[in-house]
Amino acid sequence: MSDTRPTTSDVTAAPDAHEVRGQRIVLEGVTKRYPGQETPAVDDVSLEIPAGEIVMFVGPSGCGKTTMLKMINRLIEPTSGRILIGDDEVTHRDPDELRRHVGYVIQGAGLFPHLTVAKNIALVPGLLGWDKERTAERVREMLDIVNLDPDEYADRYPRELSGGQQQRVGVARALAADPPVLLMDEPFGAVDPLTRQRLQDELLRLQEELRKTIVFVTHDFDEAVKLGDRIAILEVGSRVAQYDTPEAILAEPANDFVAGFIGHGAALKQLTLTRVRDVDLHEAAVAHVGDDPATAIAAAEALGREHVIVLDRADRPLRWLSLRELNRPGALSTVSRDDDLEAVTLGSTLNDALDSMLTSSHGVVVVTGRRGRYEGVVRIETVMGAMQALHTGAHASGRAVR
Amino acid sequence: MSASTAATPTVREGLEEVAEERALLDADDQRGRARLITQFAACLGAFLVLIVYILVADLTSVESRLLSVETLLRLSWEHLLLSVAAAVVVVLVAVPLGVLLTRGPLRRFATPIIAVAGFGQAAPAIGLIVLAALYLGTGKGPFLLALAIYGILPVLANVVTGIHGVDPKVVEAARGMGMSAFGTLVRVEMPLATPVIMTGVRTALVLMTGTAALGGFVDAGGLGPLINTGIKLGLDSVLVVGAVAIAALALFIDGGARLIERAATPKGL
Repeated sequence: MSDTRPTTSDVTAAPDAHEVRGQRIVLEGVTKRYPGQETPAVDDVSLEIPAGEIVMFVGPSGCGKTTMLKMINRLIEPTSGRILIGDDEVTHRDPDELRRHVGYVIQGAGLFPHLTVAKNIALVPGLLGWDKERTAERVREMLDIVNLDPDEYADRYPRELSGGQQQRVGVARALAADPPVLLMDEPFGAVDPLTRQRLQDELLRLQEELRKTIVFVTHDFDEAVKLGDRIAILEVGSRVAQYDTPEAILAEPANDFVAGFIGHGAALKQLTLTRVRDVDLHEAAVAHVGDDPATAIAAAEALGREHVIVLDRADRPLRWLSLRELNRPGALSTVSRDDDLEAVTLGSTLNDALDSMLTSSHGVVVVTGRRGRYEGVVRIETVMGAMQALHTGAHASGRAVR
Repeated sequence: MSASTAATPTVREGLEEVAEERALLDADDQRGRARLITQFAACLGAFLVLIVYILVADLTSVESRLLSVETLLRLSWEHLLLSVAAAVVVVLVAVPLGVLLTRGPLRRFATPIIAVAGFGQAAPAIGLIVLAALYLGTGKGPFLLALAIYGILPVLANVVTGIHGVDPKVVEAARGMGMSAFGTLVRVEMPLATPVIMTGVRTALVLMTGTAALGGFVDAGGLGPLINTGIKLGLDSVLVVGAVAIAALALFIDGGARLIERAATPKGL
């Protein structure tokens, strides 16, 4: 976890790839009480959201997480307490002006159906009085950033886009005026699981470049673990049950409520936190196209393996061959690529690796590195071991903090 | 970017969906166009039949004094102007009023006011027109006012319905991005409510075209007097020409309003 602090509040500074460009958000004793309701929707919440981090608000529906989010851009006015963005108190600013500097993404994108994609994105720059040229340039840039071809999509209407594409435009629109802070209210709740996963990956990639402060509301704990630098688990009244890194929360839930919310399989969820590059890879028996099958068999038997992974001349894995298959004459002279070969990259999570193992018939999965080159294999024992280590390790560090 | 290749299936799916939807819209559009052409042809045809009838029929001297091509066209034009003028008054009153009824503290008055307007609609138009004539005198001015009062409800109701029908997510997005309340109204809510509002205006126009026939009772002109005279003197030919002309005119006005409706509906809806 990078412990980043805002060194400067000048967010328009030269865009260095890994420079933090967000601003911290501080909530101090924030309360929201609706008239006629006995219990406050948000009850005396204090929280600091560090600059440049993604903080997830997770909790059951009705816990006030969205209310809390909307108080940051004053779509809902807090009854009492202070909210700071950077060093400015939000209640001292004109609400409309404030919101032009806070990105806002909602579920289903909320695009204006009567405006083209380009005009949707150009909206906040327009409100801020940017000139036409700068705005047009920015629109193209934003479409590029969210992986939509400007030439193809700029002049379309929202209705002419798929749900995932609309959500991308929603993100582009929120980021158009380069706000230091981005508020996201269950943005990926209305798209199919595959698209959601892709959008999540893209958000992480974006955040690597942008380093905004992102507050993200979700009721999906897995999403929180995947995206969050920190997670705030909220009970009714937005009382913070636990506010910590995903690792710490998974390893040591603060109370029964948190444990219940994590649900079963906390250990499995931790696998999402570990990348393949973080574990020791195993060596499989390896052969190259054109090698002598006899040598390959000997090597495999020496390692006690039943299968050999065959690589092409650029070290890219082609397919698994059993010892029996290798015994056929000319077994290694031509080997075709197995299109269904399960492989993960060094950047994949252990969860992905486990998934691949379970779908393939082998208890191992091939790992590839740069340019698809073979790096080794992950075995199921490795995954189990990592789970064990995570568990004990996090317990130890959890105690150390307390 | 590497993700662009991974996104290909979604893009393809998206394109297919879009193509399908476009085809549907095109079909819709063509049906609408065909309907409009038929409609205009029908009212043009009706007027031609009337003109031919006036020219060739064996009319008595009284009838031919009352019915001439020139009279028919002049009275129709007058009738059209009356209806359109009343509609302009209606729009000028009902749109701002309807918008007000969707804003903040006035919201809760929307339902009762629309209900009261509904009672007004249920009252016989002739009563309203005679009342206006009694208090404000006969002639075009008071008649126009009475017509407008009669036509306000559909527009008022549709302004409120149209604005309430705008997706709250879109309004929230607008406010969340820093649009002022007024900016949101003008740039988001009104354009999105336009189709519904225009339907209300069209309904009002057609309603008032029919009701304007009562202008004959209060000396307000239009095609109404033809019907009145036809009844009084027992001249069926005059009565029928007046009635058919009003029906054709209503059809024509409806077609015109549909044209405006199509033009005013923002693209992308």
